[in-house]
Amino acid sequence: MISDRALDRLHGLIAVPDLSGTRYQLVSTLGRGGMATVYLARDTTLDREVALKVVDWTVDESSASRLAQEARILASLEHPGIVPVHDFGQLADGRLFYAMKRVRGVRLDRWAATRDVHERLGAFLRICDAVAFAHAHGVVHRDLKPENVMVGEFGEVLVLDWGIARVRGQSESSGLVAGTPDYMAPEQVRGERTVDERADVYALGTMLAGLAGPGERHKALLAITAKATSPDALDRYSSVDALRTDVSRFMAGLAVGAHHESVSDRLFRVVHRHRLAIALVLAYLAMRLLLLSVFQI
Amino acid sequence: MIASLGSEQPDVRRAAFDALATAYWKAVFKYVRLKWNATADEAADLTQSFFLRAYEKAYFAGFDPERGRFRTYLRTCLDRFVAKVRQEHGRLKRGGAIEFVPFDFAEAESELQRQHTGDAVQELDAFFHREWLRSLFGLAVDRLRVACETGGHARRFTIFERYDLGDDESARPTYAVLASELAISVTDVTNELAAARREFRRVVLDVLREQCASDEEFEHEARALGSSRDL
Repeated sequence: MISDRALDRLHGLIAVPDLSGTRYQLVSTLGRGGMATVYLARDTTLDREVALKVVDWTVDESSASRLAQEARILASLEHPGIVPVHDFGQLADGRLFYAMKRVRGVRLDRWAATRDVHERLGAFLRICDAVAFAHAHGVVHRDLKPENVMVGEFGEVLVLDWGIARVRGQSESSGLVAGTPDYMAPEQVRGERTVDERADVYALGTMLAGLAGPGERHKALLAITAKATSPDALDRYSSVDALRTDVSRFMAGLAVGAHHESVSDRLFRVVHRHRLAIALVLAYLAMRLLLLSVFQI
Repeated sequence: MIASLGSEQPDVRRAAFDALATAYWKAVFKYVRLKWNATADEAADLTQSFFLRAYEKAYFAGFDPERGRFRTYLRTCLDRFVAKVRQEHGRLKRGGAIEFVPFDFAEAESELQRQHTGDAVQELDAFFHREWLRSLFGLAVDRLRVACETGGHARRFTIFERYDLGDDESARPTYAVLASELAISVTDVTNELAAARREFRRVVLDVLREQCASDEEFEHEARALGSSRDL
């Protein structure tokens, strides 16, 4: 019979990654994904906390190689909005891992629940910055969703989980469907090979709709969301930069490319944008009228 | 294995049932002893009869992987079976000439006596799960032993056995002690142990896959196995 102690030990061999021979010590589990688990660990050499992403024990070798690709992608993307990788390797138990910065913050959806729309859209612009940077380096994330974005103490955003990211020019068999259904562009759901940056535009559009909130009635913002999430990739923004520009213009009270304004829309927007100045002028005129009438009396 | 339990081919069905009985008989025996407060002899009879009846009446043909784990289903069938037997005042219908893999009830009883089962009666779910796990790992260790011996890696298994399967933590040898005993370098001990552990994990997955009714159940069980232990 396998004794209780041996049973626990054997179970540990399966459940806990073997970090012997590495500079890391496991502290706790931070989260679990589709093929890997992220642990909080202590880097004993630099005496700091890191996050270790370790391939699950059930994952076969070919799938595990995706973690290697993810580490390489992250290492190639040095941007404040993308979590930096410190180390990559293979544990004594054969599992692949990489060490990255320990991200402190809250998930975008939880953070957004306590913020006003202006702050939420500000965070959205910063997410767009990180994704646009990746696109400029030929990397499409393909799994953008609120759960994969952390917002730090000072409102800084970090885009996480690049596990199914695709590098431009890298071959991939068609029919592979990966991502999160609610945020996947139709061409991604169909497993088409032509999935490109516009799939991320679609996911960002869906996230924008969530950040704007269900009560959002502003025509321009609704038009931006609709354009970003158009079922046909050709009808979407051609780049994240273009999407970002429109959201930025919306926030500044300017006309946006996605929305063709009527005269009344334009008048309302201009009035709204300059409402303070208009209010001051009207107040001044009202005062003048009042004084004039008093003086005449 | 589970899918083969409903096979039209008697040989396939029988082989699947033998595998099932091998994986579960000890957990069933110990569970009956504790949950139903059965004597060792009665639990042995109930265990034997349960598998026999399950085979004859195709108990497990009604298992639907969509509705839960096979392990839970088996335990529900077992509870119903024992309750019915008790209701009929313990009259067990003896089966025909079917012989399953040998069940060493004396050994199982001896194990049970050595185990600390004080809390098990309150935590029967956990107890049954742990006994199933013990059986799963036991099968995997047996297969690993055979694979190492036939593959010319007997030393690898010896290192694994000495380092990971011992009962007494204080008697656990260091890598240096193992290296000295086996006249190899400490690096060799490290490498052999790592290889044995990798192989052990692979074999556990093989055994687990055989015990699951569907890919979904296998994935669920494997992930649960890999995440159910606190750091």
